[in-house]
Amino acid sequence: MNQNINQTIPINDPFGKASNGKLGMWLLIIVDGLSFAGLLIAGASLRASASSWPAAGEILDIPLTAFNTFLLICTSFTMVMALSSIQKGDQGGLKKYLAYTMAGGLLFLGIQAWEYYHFIHNGFLINSSMYASIFYVTTGFHGLHVLSGVIYIGCILWAASKGRYSANDWDHVEILGLFWHFVDLVWILVFTIIYLI
Amino acid sequence: MSNHEQSFMSKYIFSTDHKVIGKQFLWLGIFFLMFGGFMAMLIRWSLSHNMQPLPWWLLGDILYQNSPVGVGIIGPDAYNQLFTMHGTIMIFWAITPILTGAFGNFLIPLQIGTEDMAFPKLNMLSFWTMFLASIVLLASYLLPTGTAAGGWTSYPPLSTPVGGIPGYGQVYWTLALTLAGTATLMGAVNYITTIVRFRAPGMGYFKMPLSIWGLFLTSILNALFVPIIAAGLIVLLLDLVAGTQFLVAGQKATIPGGDPLLYQHIFWIFGHPEVYILILPGWGVVSDLLSVFSRKPAFGYKMTALSMCTITALSGLVWGHHMYTTGMSPLLGKAFMFLTLLISIPSSIFFLNWLGTLWKGAIKLEVPMLFALSVMWVFGLGGLTGLYNATITADIYLHDTYFVVGHFHYTMAASVLFGGFAGIYFWFPKMFGKRMNKKLGIIHFWMSFIPLNIVFFNMMVMGYAGHHRRIFDPSVFEFLKPVLQLNDLMTTFAFLLGIGQLIFAINFVFSIIKGKKAEKNPWGASTLEWTVDYPIPHGNFESIPTVYNGPHEYSNPKVKNRDWISQSEKI
Repeated sequence: MNQNINQTIPINDPFGKASNGKLGMWLLIIVDGLSFAGLLIAGASLRASASSWPAAGEILDIPLTAFNTFLLICTSFTMVMALSSIQKGDQGGLKKYLAYTMAGGLLFLGIQAWEYYHFIHNGFLINSSMYASIFYVTTGFHGLHVLSGVIYIGCILWAASKGRYSANDWDHVEILGLFWHFVDLVWILVFTIIYLI
Repeated sequence: MSNHEQSFMSKYIFSTDHKVIGKQFLWLGIFFLMFGGFMAMLIRWSLSHNMQPLPWWLLGDILYQNSPVGVGIIGPDAYNQLFTMHGTIMIFWAITPILTGAFGNFLIPLQIGTEDMAFPKLNMLSFWTMFLASIVLLASYLLPTGTAAGGWTSYPPLSTPVGGIPGYGQVYWTLALTLAGTATLMGAVNYITTIVRFRAPGMGYFKMPLSIWGLFLTSILNALFVPIIAAGLIVLLLDLVAGTQFLVAGQKATIPGGDPLLYQHIFWIFGHPEVYILILPGWGVVSDLLSVFSRKPAFGYKMTALSMCTITALSGLVWGHHMYTTGMSPLLGKAFMFLTLLISIPSSIFFLNWLGTLWKGAIKLEVPMLFALSVMWVFGLGGLTGLYNATITADIYLHDTYFVVGHFHYTMAASVLFGGFAGIYFWFPKMFGKRMNKKLGIIHFWMSFIPLNIVFFNMMVMGYAGHHRRIFDPSVFEFLKPVLQLNDLMTTFAFLLGIGQLIFAINFVFSIIKGKKAEKNPWGASTLEWTVDYPIPHGNFESIPTVYNGPHEYSNPKVKNRDWISQSEKI
């Protein structure tokens, strides 16, 4: 963003050496986390007043999504590796692990699309039942986050391929990592609440 | 950021300069203020001259020509659309852009002593997202069925397709509000980061002007609660377009398990902090101005800041007081009542601090000061009537009457509007380099203050008599007959209030073109924005100032020859 602003940080700064972009991303994560909280709590409240509710695994395919969850956790690992590579100055490692992460994200989206396709094919639509509505709105909202994350990784990967980052300048990669780990962490909550319980 | 050459487009349209973006928000806000204000005039006409054609000066020759009830006549459906859009526009498109968008952008970097916002491009994106939201909102006027009509709260079932109001107005409303919320969130992230990271050396949190405190806390509330309403709006939008029934219950529901009350909870979890989102910048501005025009430091500065923090924290815990009549558990109701009444303690603290600031001050009745003082009056009245609404026993009687309308017009409309006017008159010299005409300003003040009080106070009187909030034709109720004349009185004074705002608009535009040139620090204020010359260059300060003093250094006996000293000057 504004590269020219480089000034003394006030004495009583509680955020130490965190960069502006990092603070901004943390704020975005709080904001985004609260919108997920809104959806999940709304869903829980509707479920609490429902007269009947499908049992876990009755409609949704838990093993498939468990694999998807595992996949997303793996991409978090590759994201850590990407950051660790560039901190050591390894440009090739950065590009490699960012590409792995992006591929993992795309595969996640592909599996989710496949899952949606089969549900829709079998008549499990967004307006079939309250259960279906909650399922689609929550996982769909998360899917959009994964999609934005994949596009975001693409942007950073493009910059990395031009040699934008180095052992002294990897802030953007770390900030990207924050967002990606957040999307990953939220999925674990969504998976638990929507699929498992 | 150096003073490089810029093209017209990058300087005035797609600018990343916080001052230009602030002015863009100001113009947007003033446009919608006039727009929403005109709708208020139409509402008043309809209430006192029900089913009579609009006169020419309310554009009766242009508006409602195809009205099903007669040419130039506001019918019941059109009336529902009017009050819905009046509320929506005033809250989200007039107050928020002026108080948070314009003042926030213009003041934060200048008052904390930095070059620009933390994320200038995000700032620009925020304005243009808001602009897009405005287009979506205005586009709903072109629909054959008209705009949304479910009230600014858009409660289901009024807002949902099953059993609700027909047409796509609600869809446009929901989309526009989602976009406006996104713009607000971008602003909030930007403001918080800027205030935390970019304060000039020496500018501790407790040396920030109270306007910055207000904007800071507003941004925190925005960041915490706008996402909640975003979730609510997503759910509402899916109900409208995707056939889900999250918010639909009863016999017409085809999917069991929906809950209209869920929307009310989501809406008010956001909606109650929203009223503080609107008022906090106003409180901050007033706190600063009272100090400037009393020529003495703000009394109890720290306590004012801390009580605003306390209110910010409490505001997230009181949403249930909007829902006493929804059949909530009495225990829960009492908890909400207790927490709500608790807010009166910090409110009283900073109100007393305002009085303390005035006490034995050398008060100068300039136009911004007149408006700042009037905020004390209207907010005092609005705050006191809030206690009636917070108390369950009184609220069950007063709920959904004009008493509530009067209350929130005093607190949200009048306080915020007057706080906004105070700010515009005060910072106009720094925004446009000119002075506003003082005589017209004083006429504007009296033309606003007196009619506004007559209108809003009588709203509460009528509400106490039982005048329901959203009825189209009050004359059909026998019990309202004795107070109906008040409706005519209110309408007359509402028109006077409207004419008063035209004086402001004329003064504003003419002062920009032909106003007297302003000197560097016309009010003798301490804060940093007055240390820079107009026109302020893109990078604001020649070099980043170092701050030595608090924000209200007036009448310091150690300072010779003048009664103020800048925050960046050593005593």
